[in-house]
Amino acid sequence: MTFTLPNPLALIAELTHRCPLHCVYCSNPLEMQSRANELPTEVWSRVFKEAAEAGVLQADFTGGEPLARTDIVDLIRAARAAGLYVNLITSGLPMDEAKLAALVEAGLDHIQLSFQGTRENTANEISGTKSHAHKLRVLEWVKRHRIALTLNFVIHRRNIDQLEEMVGLAESSSATRIEFANVQYYGWAFANRENLLPTRQQVNDSVEVIKREQERLQGKIRIEFVVPDYYAKYPKPCMGGWGRKLLLITPSGDALPCHAAQVIPGLLFENVKDRSLREIWEHSAAFQKFRGEDWMQEPCRTCDRREQDFGGCRCQALLLAGDASATDPVCSLSPLRPKIDVILNEMSTAPPGQVVLKSAWLYRPNPL
Amino acid sequence: MTPDPNSRPRLAPGCRLGENNNQRVLLMPERALRLNGPSLEIVERCDGKHTVGQIVADLQKIYSKAASEKVEQDILGYLALLHDQRALDFDL
Repeated sequence: MTFTLPNPLALIAELTHRCPLHCVYCSNPLEMQSRANELPTEVWSRVFKEAAEAGVLQADFTGGEPLARTDIVDLIRAARAAGLYVNLITSGLPMDEAKLAALVEAGLDHIQLSFQGTRENTANEISGTKSHAHKLRVLEWVKRHRIALTLNFVIHRRNIDQLEEMVGLAESSSATRIEFANVQYYGWAFANRENLLPTRQQVNDSVEVIKREQERLQGKIRIEFVVPDYYAKYPKPCMGGWGRKLLLITPSGDALPCHAAQVIPGLLFENVKDRSLREIWEHSAAFQKFRGEDWMQEPCRTCDRREQDFGGCRCQALLLAGDASATDPVCSLSPLRPKIDVILNEMSTAPPGQVVLKSAWLYRPNPL
Repeated sequence: MTPDPNSRPRLAPGCRLGENNNQRVLLMPERALRLNGPSLEIVERCDGKHTVGQIVADLQKIYSKAASEKVEQDILGYLALLHDQRALDFDL
């Protein structure tokens, strides 16, 4: 079957790897870029223009902490001028009310504020920083400035039993959307997997809570739930398919098909300093690598679901099967699925409320 | 929900009309909808000024060859869908 290349829809702009938080599940790579390697304002501005021309509708400003960029207001203005919808994914830590007003004035469309939980001690432990109390202040400013808000909670063994409290926090704020994102196990999260994976009972209970809350808040708050794929029957259609919808630009300008793609050996990433975004989208070998179906192995190659989940996640296939072209091992049809079940059985025998010694966490450091 | 004919729908915070390569789109947090023909005619009128009843009447005029009841049902269904996606609020 021939593959028709669609336009990219969203640009994930990883503006910096610098961050005041040290979350134990951070999606940044283990090797982070220093401030000295970060793209300057002009290059980002050109990238936004090229992205819009290539069909991109939305820019997700993320990091690290995007507010660590001193030119954040100019970047928002540039992305809006290019015609993009601008979403800021932030910890809220470097925010004050004047900064927020400047972001809104520059055209920011939406804020996604991350919370590590609803309880100060565990939230601070997970982020390795005293951060929770400040986030609550940010909620008040956001309400006052009437900017659209999503609350994002990364979910794991230590906070999955507190979903109702998290919904409560959202209801007391001006949020119209909640994202419950179960930890995905790459990079830092992979290193901390033993302390983060929930038990099956916890996952089953959480699915019930989500269903109930979605029904109760229909038309008021939209609740999205990213399933913990180790517990799923079929893999997630990672990134909506490799090189089909999204592209990510690292702080230094490398264009990646997903957050974790650098773990796959042998992939060569193009840099936006050398090529236009459209050229990269259309021709970069890294983007081409897992497009279409020719790269697929069995059981994906002949599977009826291959156009729904595209074989799952390539990085997970590499991490768990040692082969980026393999079927994502979380798939119940994968010959390697028993490996996942062994991991899950070990998790379920330990008590869910188990106290983890702080020294047991591997915290992400801050790049220079 | 069924939209009240006297209410005035408007785009919810974080939702706005946009355009890319001559395609009109409804931009929302983490998603976008392509708008063509009737869907564009409806969303353009979700400005907090038109009532649901006026939107229905306008589109019945524009699509006068279609059965007017069918047009009304489609519009109410579409507004309810956008409301469930948190793209619309209704002022009374």
